Amino acid sequence: MKDLSLHILDLSQNSISAGAGLVEISIEEDTKEDRLTICINDNGKGMDKDFLEKVMDPFVTTRTSRRVGLGIPLMLAACSRCEGELVIESEKNVGTRLKAVFKHSHIDRAPMGNMAETMLSLILAGSDVNRNVDFVYRHIIDGRVFCLDTREIRTALGNDINLGEPEVLMWIKDYINEGLKNIRGGV
Amino acid sequence: MKTIQELEEIRKKTLDTINIRKDRSGTRIVVGMATCGIAAGARPVLLTIMDEIKKHDLSDVVVAQTGCIGMCRLEPIVEVYKPGEEKVTYVKVNPSKAIRIVNEHIMKGKVVEGYTIGAESK
Repeated sequence: MKDLSLHILDLSQNSISAGAGLVEISIEEDTKEDRLTICINDNGKGMDKDFLEKVMDPFVTTRTSRRVGLGIPLMLAACSRCEGELVIESEKNVGTRLKAVFKHSHIDRAPMGNMAETMLSLILAGSDVNRNVDFVYRHIIDGRVFCLDTREIRTALGNDINLGEPEVLMWIKDYINEGLKNIRGGV
Repeated sequence: MKTIQELEEIRKKTLDTINIRKDRSGTRIVVGMATCGIAAGARPVLLTIMDEIKKHDLSDVVVAQTGCIGMCRLEPIVEVYKPGEEKVTYVKVNPSKAIRIVNEHIMKGKVVEGYTIGAESK
């Protein structure tokens, strides 16, 4: 994976596959503490203790097309090489909480990447005809906060318009890019 | 400054086109978005397809995502389902190939043979 936004996209897809109705993604960049923390919390079906214990193992997966699963191991590698850590907690039928920590200034820390594209892909994946997944994306840089909550967008749009509509997605993309620019101090 | 209020305008504007899309008799474009696809560059491909659909106002086309279909070395993979036609699988797609696929296959009905899985395995 070239950047962190791609890891986030990949791991949040797991939340969608786990049947989550709400996926909360939070990114906190604290340059004073020199720490970057990414949390992905969902209310999906969760994992039992046995599966959770071996979930970091690349030879453990729920996919049926082959016997390796690299999403979590790749994120673990990305954290480990930056003096960080990856913690996953889960409870069956309650949900899963994932926390990835990086040393912000570490030379091997992958760049953030394009979070607008990641959110758009996720919202599109989560707005299938048969089910709706909501997302909360919160990004904090040294105390400055940007937040996107698809439940608010859904309320504003009404029930008959799907979040996956191109017009809506393009608005969300601009909204995220503008919001991130603001918390980055206009850059 | 983007505001939530703008969504009201989008709502009014899109209500009509949505009704066309609801009958779901149109084309389906499916992009592989598992770890393998994402690492190979599926995200920009997906968003390029979205952009093209919006640009050309293709109201009867839907874009969907799928997991790994077991051919990771050929990712990004894009499958096109047109009603009454056989599925076409495009492999090693990038944004510029995606634009051609939409412009030629989706809009004009001409399969871009050179990008298909058949051409790749030759």
